[in-house]
Amino acid sequence: MSNSPRNHVLAIEDLGVSFDGFKAVDGFNFYLDANTVHVIIGPNGAGKTTVLDLICGKTRATSGSVKFKGKEMRGQREYRIVRAGMGRKFQNPSIYENLTVLENLEISHPSGRGILGCLLFRRTPAIERQMTDIAAEIGLSDKLDVEAGILSHGQKQWLEIGMLLMQNPEIIMLDEPVAGMSVRERTETAGLIRRISQNRSVIVIEHDMEFVREIADRVTVMHLGQILAEGSMEKVSADPKVIEVYIGH
Amino acid sequence: MTLLRTLFKTKGEAISFAAFAFLILLVLPLALPVFRLNLVGKYLSYGFVAVGLVLLWGRCGILSLGQGVFFGLGGYCMAMFLKLEASDPVTTAIQSTPGIPDFMDWNQVTALPGFWEPFKSLWFTAGAVFVVPGMIAFLIGWAMFRRRVGGVYFAIITQAMALILSLGIDGNQGYTGGRNGITDLRTLWGWDIRSEDAQFKLYFCCCLLLLAVCLLGKYVINTRFGRVLMAVRDQEERVRFSGYDVAMIRTFVFTVAAMMAGLGGALFVLQVGFMSPSLIGIVPSIELVIFAAVGGRLSVVGAVLGCLLVNAGKSAFSEAYPDLWLYLMGGTFIAVVMFFPDGLAGLFGKPSGAGAKLTKFLSKFRPSLMGAAVTPTQITPLNK
Repeated sequence: MSNSPRNHVLAIEDLGVSFDGFKAVDGFNFYLDANTVHVIIGPNGAGKTTVLDLICGKTRATSGSVKFKGKEMRGQREYRIVRAGMGRKFQNPSIYENLTVLENLEISHPSGRGILGCLLFRRTPAIERQMTDIAAEIGLSDKLDVEAGILSHGQKQWLEIGMLLMQNPEIIMLDEPVAGMSVRERTETAGLIRRISQNRSVIVIEHDMEFVREIADRVTVMHLGQILAEGSMEKVSADPKVIEVYIGH
Repeated sequence: MTLLRTLFKTKGEAISFAAFAFLILLVLPLALPVFRLNLVGKYLSYGFVAVGLVLLWGRCGILSLGQGVFFGLGGYCMAMFLKLEASDPVTTAIQSTPGIPDFMDWNQVTALPGFWEPFKSLWFTAGAVFVVPGMIAFLIGWAMFRRRVGGVYFAIITQAMALILSLGIDGNQGYTGGRNGITDLRTLWGWDIRSEDAQFKLYFCCCLLLLAVCLLGKYVINTRFGRVLMAVRDQEERVRFSGYDVAMIRTFVFTVAAMMAGLGGALFVLQVGFMSPSLIGIVPSIELVIFAAVGGRLSVVGAVLGCLLVNAGKSAFSEAYPDLWLYLMGGTFIAVVMFFPDGLAGLFGKPSGAGAKLTKFLSKFRPSLMGAAVTPTQITPLNK
């Protein structure tokens, strides 16, 4: 592994967190290349979601560094990390159920995140175009004025991805994006992830090996808070250690 | 035109606002004697707090049980100015120290305390009515929300704040007037505020300012900021990870609500003619929340009407059945929480909402009530 952070969008070194002495993540090294889909897999409790929490500032790391384009992000407050260019999707779809699809997208637009900006915010034609483009991308063009609460589970997941796209981040983190989706929805989501990774990097946490095979450029396998293996899907799935703890089950 | 559309999202909202303005500016002044009108003006000064609570509690989900503090701070600022004007050396010539407020003289205070000095200026006072409550709310809010204190903990802290302020005022009689409060207020720049004529004019002053504050509230609610407020209430984490500074948003709305409450307090003092710690402690602070809850914590006009209705009920019932009033008030609050969580305004909002729930509940007892509980006149539709 190279040590220079310049070549990577995100360079995580020796990241760790312990909760009351229990090391949930320990000595975690992770380098994210531009325009790739990097999937983190691992059995339950391996610390996958915790890693995302550490990257986006939801949980404070106890050691290590998280460098985004060479800039230290560890210890920054969440909204600053987001504004720097990282977007995070949660495991359960978290969207604004009382607002329409369009309003959900609008609220995610990065202009006017300050108080004054919020009060004076106007929908410009450019923002409107961006919203309709993204709605088309996530397949919700015909649902723009529908209250988000009545969307199907899969559509909610897509809407949240769309909200991330509105922020135009350089890194998108998706925590189990296809959990609870039908087969057809999974295929569509895989296509969506491939498309959005064309000009940004995507970190995905996933359980479904078929799905991982479809989308992953690179795979990291975690076990008990540490990295077990890393590389292409073929390489890690052939790794005897990985087979033992995870795939073989 | 865009401004109008921002202020009133639906026709119903515009109609309800116009009806409310018509009621307080025309119907009530024509129908009531000045004494009663003055009472209405007093209730309307609580309306300023209610508008703040709609933003803070209804929209942003922050329950503050200490809005009386800000109402009181605004009121005390005004009362200090009026008291100083009423304590000129000529009128207070019989005191051992002429020219200071009478209660100071009774408490052996021999010179005007420094923090009273600036309140000799009406302009300073007019600013302080907003700035003092706003600053205190900002500091408390920033300290709390930065540490992500929320929900019931925030409610308890604000309640403690109400207790601290009322005890603090109570315990420093020489500087604050103590439990008696600041009384015997007479003139505003030489204009006798106790005359019927002045009370009539002050009522309209209060109405116009309240309508302006309502419009401001409506404006805030219908901008992107209003949607962000609801988002903070419903999906705090998502808002944070959409790049918003949630602590700052909460602090801001808490500050705005405090400033509105301060203005209400000042108008209260002008119309009622005194201010005392019994008006700003725990019980009044909770009552203010009840007013907003009964009227509808999501609707600006609804919450203000809640202040009018509950207080009118309080006056009417406490005159007739002084012992029963408290039970009735408690019962009303329980009924609101159980059957119409969006308040009276919620009854007129959506067909599937709380109104339907209430009619369904009532229909268990008397099927004929089905239609009666929801009247066709749209007075206060839900602000959405």
